Amino acid sequence: MIKFFLMVNKQGQTRLSKYYEHIEIHKRTMLEAEVIKNCLSRSKDQCSFIEYKDFKLVYRQYAALFVVVGINETENEMAVYELIHNFVEVLDKYFSRVSELDVSFLVSESHL
Amino acid sequence: MPAPIRLRELIRTIRTARTQAEEREMIQKECAAIRSSFREEDNTYRCRNVAKLLYMHMLGYPAHFGQLECLKLIASQKFTDKRIGYLGAMLLLDERQDVHLLMTNCIKNDLNHSTQYVQGLALCTLGCMGSSEMCRDLAGEVEKLLKTSNSYLRKKAALCAVHVIRKVPELMEMFLPATKNLLNEKNHGVLHTSVVLLTEMCERSPDMLAHFRKVISSSQLVPQLVRILKNLIMSGYSPEHDVSGISDPFLQVRILRLLRILGRNDDDSSEAMNDILAQVATNTETSKNVGNAILYETVLTIMDIKSESGLRVLAINILGRFLLNNDKNIRYVALTSLLKTVQTDHNAVQRHRSTIVDCLKDLDVSIKRRAMELSFALVNGNNVRGMMKELLYFLDSCEPEFKADCASGIFLAAEKYAPSKRWHIDTIMRVLTTAGSYVRDDAVPNLIQLITNSVEMHAYTVQRLYKAILGDYSQQPLVQVASWCIGEYGDLLVSGQCEEEEPIQVTEDEVLDILESVLISNMSASVTRGYALTAIMKLSTRFTCTVNRIKKVVSIYGSSIDVELQQRAVEYNALFKKYDHMRPALLERMPVMEKVTTNGPTEIVQTNGETEPAVLETKPPHSGLQPGSQANDLLDLLGGNDITPVIPTAPTSKPASAGGELLDLLGDLNLTGSPVSAPASQISQPPFLLDGLSSQPLFNDIAAGIPSITAYNKNGLKIDFTFERSNTNPSVTVITIQASNSTELDMTDFVFQAAVPKTFQLQLLSPSSSVIPAFNSGTITQVIKVLNPQKQQLRMRIKLTYNHKGSAMQDLAEVNNFPPQSWQ
Repeated sequence: MIKFFLMVNKQGQTRLSKYYEHIEIHKRTMLEAEVIKNCLSRSKDQCSFIEYKDFKLVYRQYAALFVVVGINETENEMAVYELIHNFVEVLDKYFSRVSELDVSFLVSESHL
Repeated sequence: MPAPIRLRELIRTIRTARTQAEEREMIQKECAAIRSSFREEDNTYRCRNVAKLLYMHMLGYPAHFGQLECLKLIASQKFTDKRIGYLGAMLLLDERQDVHLLMTNCIKNDLNHSTQYVQGLALCTLGCMGSSEMCRDLAGEVEKLLKTSNSYLRKKAALCAVHVIRKVPELMEMFLPATKNLLNEKNHGVLHTSVVLLTEMCERSPDMLAHFRKVISSSQLVPQLVRILKNLIMSGYSPEHDVSGISDPFLQVRILRLLRILGRNDDDSSEAMNDILAQVATNTETSKNVGNAILYETVLTIMDIKSESGLRVLAINILGRFLLNNDKNIRYVALTSLLKTVQTDHNAVQRHRSTIVDCLKDLDVSIKRRAMELSFALVNGNNVRGMMKELLYFLDSCEPEFKADCASGIFLAAEKYAPSKRWHIDTIMRVLTTAGSYVRDDAVPNLIQLITNSVEMHAYTVQRLYKAILGDYSQQPLVQVASWCIGEYGDLLVSGQCEEEEPIQVTEDEVLDILESVLISNMSASVTRGYALTAIMKLSTRFTCTVNRIKKVVSIYGSSIDVELQQRAVEYNALFKKYDHMRPALLERMPVMEKVTTNGPTEIVQTNGETEPAVLETKPPHSGLQPGSQANDLLDLLGGNDITPVIPTAPTSKPASAGGELLDLLGDLNLTGSPVSAPASQISQPPFLLDGLSSQPLFNDIAAGIPSITAYNKNGLKIDFTFERSNTNPSVTVITIQASNSTELDMTDFVFQAAVPKTFQLQLLSPSSSVIPAFNSGTITQVIKVLNPQKQQLRMRIKLTYNHKGSAMQDLAEVNNFPPQSWQ
């Protein structure tokens, strides 16, 4: 089950966040900061799945933006990895060559 | 009031903020503006304001004052308003807020709206944050929508149904009829969501699962799924669903997962799936990540269902291929699944052992961890030498967080599969020297026990250990083991006899030098110092020319600040002065210890309730002088519930009682024994001994009425014994004692202790309480288990301590009136 879906940039600013489980607001910011810290510390050669607390993070980097999805163990990690890519491709088609700015500005569109 | 700024302006403004404080300021200003605008009940700009609020919420600022506004937006007729309203509801509201119930009516109306987009919005919101009350109310509407022909709505309705089922499992049957036709759709969206719905139903309820497996109509579920999957693979290029050359991989993965659930533990379904799984496995392209994702899911499915062996071999080969792939993700995934399958298909996985061992050298942390776990699972008698070499090398170079786990794993594996004792000892030494400080504390007693058991290797062992700490005595476990060994086998070391290796020439002084430096060094922990002091003491009998030096050292520590050391030193001093005739006997070589089975770090610690073995060693002189005392001093010491792991080196003369007690954390005083028997010959053993029991299997039957007895009745305190015999283990008798108080005052701090003759073993469980209320208004119950393998007549000596009328009372009694049925 997917727990959350985040798009965070390298400076730690959240561009898009969707949580599928209830987490308090201040915990969310902490979670986002920690998650991005984990992702930033990975090099290019390391695999995209990190074990974090009791679930897994699947992340993918596109230029300066990280797309991170938190899943639990029933999910197929590789399928989620593909899902991330699919999502980005869809955004790309919608905004015609999407960039981080587009994502920040058209929040409502990205959500639905 | 000027028109509120658009969302874009807000975002632009926030982006110009340079510091966190600036950003917060801007946001607060904007929040204030939004709040006053809400108060004015302005319909036109409400949508804009809520959108801004949502953005701020995403950044992490509180936005709860917008919840009611969201509701108002939902109720409006404009689509843009509704859209933002529903989005706001999904983000800001959840079932914890009371406000959400107000939405129910709006959603109900919108579910019946003429525009499908509005219906879609309502379904989305319900599926996202519907509480159980809302779901109950609206489930009927959702079910109706599940049957419509509009595929846009159908897929949303299916996902909403999944949420409803998660919240209110009882409603599952309601959706059952609708699912019959779901899989006949062409639209992949609907197919996907319906597969999700079916998966959820099957996971939640075994009845549903059985239902779906059976033949319910002309088309079973499994063949249907197989057919769909086949179409996906076989069909040509379809631009709608294509992802890097494979059509709709997401649907394929979902179907495979559902097949896995259906086929688990079910032969018929598994048989129906075999072909398609083989087909998927062979036909899928592996050059892209997508193909690998599908293969991964296929492998998981094959492993889980009752597939034929050829298929399983195919699956493991796929995993082996994954391991050789350059992509890290794939290797990680392969290692994870191999770990799951190694239990069942051990041999097949062995084939890939060399690749797995190579993964130990990978740079990635997650991969290394998986490879380590898998390597431990793969060690067996044949490959243990090679694997150990690799693992030891890994231990050298890995990160600190792995070292503890790796060391424990190596110990376990070495214990199970060591080809020779010398190899075993060498391996352990290697671990101690490389990762010494990360070794877990409970490894030290195990090692010591192992060393005592390999009698012929003593000289070799002590020599190697001596050499190891000569250079560096900072690693505590290593130093502890080394000092213990030197203490025991110091004479072998000095005499220079060693068959296995080149004997080194060591004098007694050099040995004492090392032990003293351990004692003095700042790096030594208190426990280590204790070991060193005891070792020095033991050497006083083994060494001949340096006894005076030892005496001096021991007397110095008689005034040490560390209480433990001080106690030991004082007692050893006493040994030198008053009890010198006992010294050789006391400090004799340890007998071979019985094997203590370990379960890893979670073992029930077999301790004697003591913190240090040395304290036990000094007990015998005391009990030797007071043969009548029932080791009561020892019992007092047991008051503390320590579970620090202790070397089970109780100076026992009989190896059988190597067990200690089961310390019950909840009980105040869990009595059991410490084998208090005197060492060697000279001291006569007290007639009754307290022996510990390792945990006995629980009995579960009641023997036919054995009469109960009154064991003690004095001063208003009455203790009754009731008996039960176990049918499964005829030598176990379980005695339940009931203590009652007929005086006018309560008895507090009641402690019951018992001792049995040597041939019996006793285990005392924790009492129900420690207060006996007055006037027989309540009792304390406690359970005693007695093991009587020789079926001798049961006798017991009991000691009672309690506080009554303000004074402490104590009494000893003997119980001889056990009925014959209790022990025959």
